[in-house]
Amino acid sequence: MMASSYKDEDGHITVSGSGAAAGGGGGSLRSKKPENTAFKQQRLPAWQPILTAGTVLPAFFIIGLMFIPIGIGLYVTSNNIKEFEVDYTGVEMSSPCFTCSQNFSWNSTKPCTCSVPFHLDQPYESNVFMYYGLSNFYQNHRRYVKSRDDSQLNGNEESLRKPSKECEPYAKSNNKPIAPCGAIANSMFNDSLELIYIDPNGTKVQIPLTATGIAWWTDKHVKFRNPGAENTNLTVVFQGTTRPVNWRRPVFQLDSDPDNNGFINEDFIVWMRTAALPTFRKLYRIIQRRSNVHPTLPRGNYTLEVVYNYPVRSFEGRKRMILSTISWMGGKNPFLGIAYVSVGSVCFLLGVLLLIIHHKYGNRNNAAEISH
Amino acid sequence: MLRRRLNRLFGGDEGRVHSRTIYVGHKSCPPNEAYIPPKFCDNRIVSSKYTVWNFLPKNLFEQFRRIANFYFLIIFLVQVIVDTPTSPVTSGLPLFFVITVTAVKQGYEDWLRHKADREVNEYRVSVLEDGRRIRKMSAKIKVGDIVEVEEDETFPCDLILLQSSRDDGTCFVTTASLDGESNHKTHYTVADLESDLQYLSATIECEQPQPDLYKFVGRMHIYRNSQEPDVRSLGPENLLLKGANLKNTQKICGVAVYTGMETKMALNYQGKSQKRSAVEKSINAFLLVYLFILVSKALVCTTLKYVWQSKHDETWYNEKTQKEKETNQYLKMFTDFLSFMVLFNFIIPVSMYVTVEMQKFLGSFFITWDKDFFDPEIQEGALVNTSDLNEELGQVEYIFTDKTGTLTQNNMEFIECCIDGFQYKHGDGSSELDGFCVTDGPVNKIQQKAGREREELFLRALCLCHTVQVKESTKQRQDQNDQFDQIDQVDGLGLDHGFLDPPQKEMGFIASSPDEIALVKGAMRYGFTFLGLESKNMKILNRNKDVETYELLHVLNFDPVRRRMSVMVRSKTGDILLFCKGADSSIFPQVRQEEVERIRMHVERNATEGYRTLCVAYKHLSAQEYARADADLREARLALQDREEKLMAVYNRVETDMILIGATAVEDQLQDEAAQTMEALQGAGMKVWVLTGDKMETAKSTCYACGLFKKNTELLELTLRTLEDGGRSREERLHDLLLEYHKKAVQDAPPVKLGITRSWSVAGHDYGFIIDGASLSMVLSSSSEPNSRRYKNLFLQICQNCTSVLCCRMAPLQKAQIVKLVKNSKGNPITLSIGDGANDVSMILEAHVGIGIKGKEGRQAVKNSDYAIPKLKHLKKLLLAHGHLYYVRIAHLVQYFFYKNLCFILPQFLYQFFCGYSQQPLYDAAYLTMYNICFTSMPILAYSLLEQHICIEVLLEHSTLYRDIAKNAMLRWKLFLYWTALGIFHGLVFFFGVRFLFSNPALQDNGQVFGNWSYGTIVFTVLVFTVTLKLALDTRHWTWINHFVIWGSLAFYVFFSFFWGGIIWPFLKHQRLYFVFANMLSSVSAWLVIILLILLSLLPEILLVVLRKPRGPHARQMKHRLPSSGTSTIFMLSQTASTHSFSWSD
Repeated sequence: MMASSYKDEDGHITVSGSGAAAGGGGGSLRSKKPENTAFKQQRLPAWQPILTAGTVLPAFFIIGLMFIPIGIGLYVTSNNIKEFEVDYTGVEMSSPCFTCSQNFSWNSTKPCTCSVPFHLDQPYESNVFMYYGLSNFYQNHRRYVKSRDDSQLNGNEESLRKPSKECEPYAKSNNKPIAPCGAIANSMFNDSLELIYIDPNGTKVQIPLTATGIAWWTDKHVKFRNPGAENTNLTVVFQGTTRPVNWRRPVFQLDSDPDNNGFINEDFIVWMRTAALPTFRKLYRIIQRRSNVHPTLPRGNYTLEVVYNYPVRSFEGRKRMILSTISWMGGKNPFLGIAYVSVGSVCFLLGVLLLIIHHKYGNRNNAAEISH
Repeated sequence: MLRRRLNRLFGGDEGRVHSRTIYVGHKSCPPNEAYIPPKFCDNRIVSSKYTVWNFLPKNLFEQFRRIANFYFLIIFLVQVIVDTPTSPVTSGLPLFFVITVTAVKQGYEDWLRHKADREVNEYRVSVLEDGRRIRKMSAKIKVGDIVEVEEDETFPCDLILLQSSRDDGTCFVTTASLDGESNHKTHYTVADLESDLQYLSATIECEQPQPDLYKFVGRMHIYRNSQEPDVRSLGPENLLLKGANLKNTQKICGVAVYTGMETKMALNYQGKSQKRSAVEKSINAFLLVYLFILVSKALVCTTLKYVWQSKHDETWYNEKTQKEKETNQYLKMFTDFLSFMVLFNFIIPVSMYVTVEMQKFLGSFFITWDKDFFDPEIQEGALVNTSDLNEELGQVEYIFTDKTGTLTQNNMEFIECCIDGFQYKHGDGSSELDGFCVTDGPVNKIQQKAGREREELFLRALCLCHTVQVKESTKQRQDQNDQFDQIDQVDGLGLDHGFLDPPQKEMGFIASSPDEIALVKGAMRYGFTFLGLESKNMKILNRNKDVETYELLHVLNFDPVRRRMSVMVRSKTGDILLFCKGADSSIFPQVRQEEVERIRMHVERNATEGYRTLCVAYKHLSAQEYARADADLREARLALQDREEKLMAVYNRVETDMILIGATAVEDQLQDEAAQTMEALQGAGMKVWVLTGDKMETAKSTCYACGLFKKNTELLELTLRTLEDGGRSREERLHDLLLEYHKKAVQDAPPVKLGITRSWSVAGHDYGFIIDGASLSMVLSSSSEPNSRRYKNLFLQICQNCTSVLCCRMAPLQKAQIVKLVKNSKGNPITLSIGDGANDVSMILEAHVGIGIKGKEGRQAVKNSDYAIPKLKHLKKLLLAHGHLYYVRIAHLVQYFFYKNLCFILPQFLYQFFCGYSQQPLYDAAYLTMYNICFTSMPILAYSLLEQHICIEVLLEHSTLYRDIAKNAMLRWKLFLYWTALGIFHGLVFFFGVRFLFSNPALQDNGQVFGNWSYGTIVFTVLVFTVTLKLALDTRHWTWINHFVIWGSLAFYVFFSFFWGGIIWPFLKHQRLYFVFANMLSSVSAWLVIILLILLSLLPEILLVVLRKPRGPHARQMKHRLPSSGTSTIFMLSQTASTHSFSWSD
């Protein structure tokens, strides 16, 4: 190893030293007095903390006293978040989307629609976030995760024509490069969801959904870019490429808004951020709060209008639509609150326990500490 | 290893031709015979390993021969070939880094060697060819060339000295660069050669090259005028070694006998066997465990992957590539297995080896730097020859120490002598006319003296029987100002012998052993001064200021087996005398028995007082006797084979029937703080064995003085004396004694005998064991095989139950045998040998740790040791402070490394259960690569260099602390399991904590969601902070470096993550981490979960520290109160070494 070669070196220097008068027998004849520096004498001034019951006890109490309120706060916050979930997969016969899910075919030209009625028990006051959730969908599968070409998505013309190998088997179709290539893009979620509020008097009011602001700002503005110069016609830019095999529209027809079209379509960007777990949700739309007087989503009956494009039955997946308000800690998740409260209480209990131990046996310890 | 074996094979091959013939000056001899130039290697010295061309392949080959590097190379290749989850860069980069750093270091070292080689090889030397002097490059010298060397030059190859510019045919050399001995040594020309070497026609027959510096056997045939060739014997005294320097001699001529790589110097630089420390063995054991974990993880995942795939068929959104579909199912399974191996391989980090080696390498500097090891006398500090064994210093269980020069100062002083049974002690202010005063003697002859004749004979013997040289400077001055010198001497040797004139005192003597100098100086005090040796004539100045001249006929050299040396001299009157001095046991059988008893008494008394004793005898040789002895000696010296044995036989024949004239006593003072050091070492739980060549009584009293034996120690003796008691055969007696001692020391050990004065001794009843060389060889090589094994066992068990063991009358090889015996005994205890002389080299090499003392007996021990210290007292700090700290540091380093990689990889393993066993890495490649290199490596390195969990002063003061880490305490399986459990706990907390958080991935206050890379980054952040803070919790000694490195590492991690995620990297295929870290920090939930998980992970640790603490120092405090009270008494004892009054205060 390294040390052995060090030994080697010593021996060899001695060999050479004998010939050239300089070496003088290697290190053995070194007559320099070691320097008296703090570092070399291992006497650097040092802080030597001793963790004793005495010093740690207050820490336990402080942690306990801090964590329990934080935990309670988190728990309450999480509980105040309103969340509503509706499964529209259409597995059960009774489900309105059953037909759509049964008759699904990639080749059908006519989209299948279904509407799922639901009832909100309480009004949603602030901004409401609309998610779609998928279950048993392995977006974190390795073959899937790497099946993308970030350079193509960043607007690189060369990659547009010659997608990366990683995109296989979704790199080319009919000898034309696929844009955007890869399995992730190919399997983009393409159900369209509409929310309709049914007034107590029976009129149907379509809830306006905002499709922007759902992706990370940096993704939308830096990481994802359309090829070609700004404001050029996307149709021209994407000429020579073909749409992903499972897409119904080419990438330049994702949205009418030029700032939300092509690779910078936010639905697309959101989908491209692969989920961590096989059950996940992704932000679909935001329902902005309009006025201070009316709640964003009043209490009452709604229907979810689904254009059923996305097959999940083949892998026993589930599709959900989730409506949720958001707090400063994000979506509804009681875990953090519970965890904080329990860790806090454990700390506190340990503190008490240690205090008892310390009180009972502490005196002797202290004596030893002083005499040491 | 292979090379050594090859060498041995090679050596065996060469061994068939026992000698080589050299034609001096390349002339055919005898002149009429055809001259066939023999083939020998040239004088090129090649110490470099590589050339420009073979550096890369050879160096790489050597590096990849190391199992760890090879493993990582395989992993790298797997990553290149197989479609693996992590890019080859992740393991290739660290490997490349390690390999490059090592290669650059080795390349630089080799470049230095090349440079040095070139300097040596291109050095210009003068070669005599056909009477002309030709300047040649050193490398071009051939065997048989006659080389001329001038003063202060280095000999370019091994030469036989043919001619010297000095009249007496001698030259002086120093061999400082060979064995470190800086004194001048005399070498002799071959006798009676032609003055003009041009006309010399001779051949030299000598043995094949062999590495022993002090052995050379050869024969020179000189052809003159077609007569029968004259034959001269050649010995080491005729051989000038390459590397030695010519001193005090204007120039010499010599014929090259060994050149280049065949010179003794080159043969000596073959690496010694490498010692491995116990910690390294532990690392390897742990590695196996982790390798097992790694393989089983990979197997589990591969199996589950196929189980999972059987249920989840290929989905529409994630189709396999064409290639994957075509691959054979079994091959696929195998590559999947390899992929998992690669994914989890970080559990065995390449950086651990680098860190461990850096720690050892850098850590060893603290030993060299320690100013407490600096000895102002020799202006030197400690020397570290290997850094592999630093931690072994903290694990020592057995210490084998030499006596002379190690426990004692090897600073001899002539104390008294005994002539014909009368004791002569040098009195300081004695009124006796001639400086003698009789202080003691046989009871019936108080205040009597031996006859004057005997006195003078004795003193002449002291003056003549030695190999001492007078230091040149004094001598030259004497030659120059003869007259002035005479006055000096008259002054100096006035009647008042108690007073010595300063110039005389300055007279320097050089000898291989300090005893001889002490004796010559002692004789000088009594009026006989040795003036030096000039062309075979020894001059002494007697009491009457007359110069007596003796012709030195033969020196029968000292050797440790015979344990005596003699000289044969011819006096002016033509009498031939043989003077012999040696150990009593070796002299007594060789002298007439009537004188023995009287002197034996003195010798034994002196020995019990701790003096080194020598007996002096003489013998008149008749002309016939001499002629025969002379012939025998010459014949033996000419022998090419078994010369040693033949010489020995002649010596023994000559040295018989002598007349004992007296004995000398020389005091060897104890080393500074020898007793305290031994006390501390024993307090630390180490067993000290004294292995010495000295006689039993001397050694025993040294042991008493050092506190190794105490008043209440019951001594169990197994020596020739006890063996010969009882009138039975030695074998039987040995058997009985062994059984008896075994019963006493081993079987009856636990019940403490009453009635014996109780002392503070914790161990209850102490036993000391004494054995001598002869008895030991009986124990070790008993006649029958089963007996021998049984004796060995009995012997070992007895010894291991004794507090101290004294082995006296040991030959060097026996010392090594004992070390080996203990080393291989049950439990494989760690042994340490400490010694200062060439006779200790074998045991230094044999023990786990070899320590050399930079003493007076040359540098052999230091050269062969692992560590060298100037004084014995330094051993205490070396072991108790440095050894303890190094052990704690490296043990913690190893455990921590395994721990941090376990909790690094465990989440990645768990993630496989959530991603369909698809080998999806949890962390980004950059994090995988950097984790061990940058984020977590520096704090542990700083810790492992600077940690002092107990400060040095306390460690030195309370030697019992050393016991806490005995037997590899910090690397036992129990602790390893604890760390592993901790790693698993942390891994679980990290992974599942974040898993529960991600049950709703909408973690930002704008409702946006996090993906898998955010998941990994959160886990990784928690991981980096936790493992760093865990180390911070373990750190007991916070210097600014620790602060800087720990907080710096964390800051660097944060900075790096921002930087890495802040740029679209053009050379990367994936921009996975783009703004992931920044987005993570913008989420309050992420912050909260990070804090929570770090705290939760460290909570049990803090709790354990608090709960464990009360037991530690408190218990210790009680233990070491007791022994410290004894120290002062022992200190007093060491000062008055010669008394036996052990007055213990009860």
